[in-house]
Order: sequence, then structure tokens, then C-alpha cells
Amino acid sequence: MKVKVKLFAILRERAGTAEITKEIQEGSTVADLWAALQQDYPKLAVPGIRLLYAVNQDYVSPDRVLRNSDEVVFVPPVSGG
Amino acid sequence: MLRVTDKPIDLQELVDWVTDPEAGAITTFIGTTRNNNQGRKVIALDYEAYPEMAEKELARLSDEAKKKWQICRMAIVHRIGPVQITEPSVIIAVSAAHREAAFAACRFAIEEIKKTVPIWKKEVYEGGEIWIGTQSGQPLNRS
Repeated sequence: MKVKVKLFAILRERAGTAEITKEIQEGSTVADLWAALQQDYPKLAVPGIRLLYAVNQDYVSPDRVLRNSDEVVFVPPVSGG
Repeated sequence: MLRVTDKPIDLQELVDWVTDPEAGAITTFIGTTRNNNQGRKVIALDYEAYPEMAEKELARLSDEAKKKWQICRMAIVHRIGPVQITEPSVIIAVSAAHREAAFAACRFAIEEIKKTVPIWKKEVYEGGEIWIGTQSGQPLNRS
């Protein structure tokens, strides 16, 4: 199955792309996806960064199991205002 | 009115939107771009958002404020893209029957924005640029 990953801010710059479609195995979690993406894009591993995770525009925990066509965002520390 | 925009924000538009016959107070907060940060001379800020989720989170925090305080209406507009020194990056307006609730809810909104709403600020300063919050404190190379 496939999921859509959107990248923002520091992660978008480091990956050099704003969107990735990724083929993953059934039962994969958000954390599994993050590990796989760091294999594909080693620069995504920002030392010491504390990420939050969002699926379909809601915050989720990293053990959330993904479904086909989910939209996943790895949220770098927010700094609006 | 809970949204992100790439256009300059109009304070009066938010005040008009929260104006309510049952309100005895309107409070506003304007976040502006400062020309210095931690000893760096700031040239501009550049904001990026995950717009669909940012607007969803703004709606969530507005609902939460309405549960905590007796307020009439809340409007929040956050700008994205480059914002020049002195320009507003975010404006919040809250109307309520009484000032205590209007002040409290306005304060709550800006604090929540800084914690949960997926918006990121890049500071462009003399000699470099940095994504605020990602914090190694190191200037980032553009390469």
C-alpha cells in the first residue's frame, strides 16, 4: 500500500522535496515509516530534533498503524506566532 | 475567521468580525516581526504552514477557549511567506461580555498557537538563516 508524506520547514529543505509517495507494508506504523524515510533521505535525520506526528491532519502517536493513502506529516517543532 | 494567509493581515477586518451586540469588550493581540533575536540582527521572517492542519488546529483551540471562558467570538489570522520587520505575523481578536474572559482567551490563543499549530518560522538574519524551534542554535547551510 501507499502513503503520502508531506514535508515542511527544515525537513522539506533537508529532503529537497515537499512530498513523497512511499510504498509500505501492511501493518507499518508511523515510526516504521520514519525509519524507512531516513534510509531513503539520510539528511532527514536532524540531530536532537523532537518531532510530532500527524496522520490526516490529526496528531497521532508514533505507534499509529498506517492505512492505504494516509497523509502523513512529521512535524518539526512548531514556531508560529 | 480562523485561517492562514499569504496576504498582509487587516486588524480592522478581525475586529469587525468579532463585533457582537452582546460583547462589552474586544481584545486583540498582534504579533509583529522584531529586528533582533538573541543578539542576531533580523532582516525578515519567513513563515511556512501545513495549511489544512493549521486551520483545523486553530478551530480546535478556538473551541477549547469557548469551553473555558464565556466569549462571544474569536478570530485568528496567521500570515505565511515573508514578513518584513514591524509587520504583523499573527492577529487575534476576541469579543466577550466582560474583559476578563476576552483578555484570558486572547492570551490562551497565542500560547496555544506557539505549542500546537503547525506553522514554522524561519529567521533570516545578517549572515544566515535558521528555523526557529529546531534549535541546535547553529546557522543552517542552504546547500
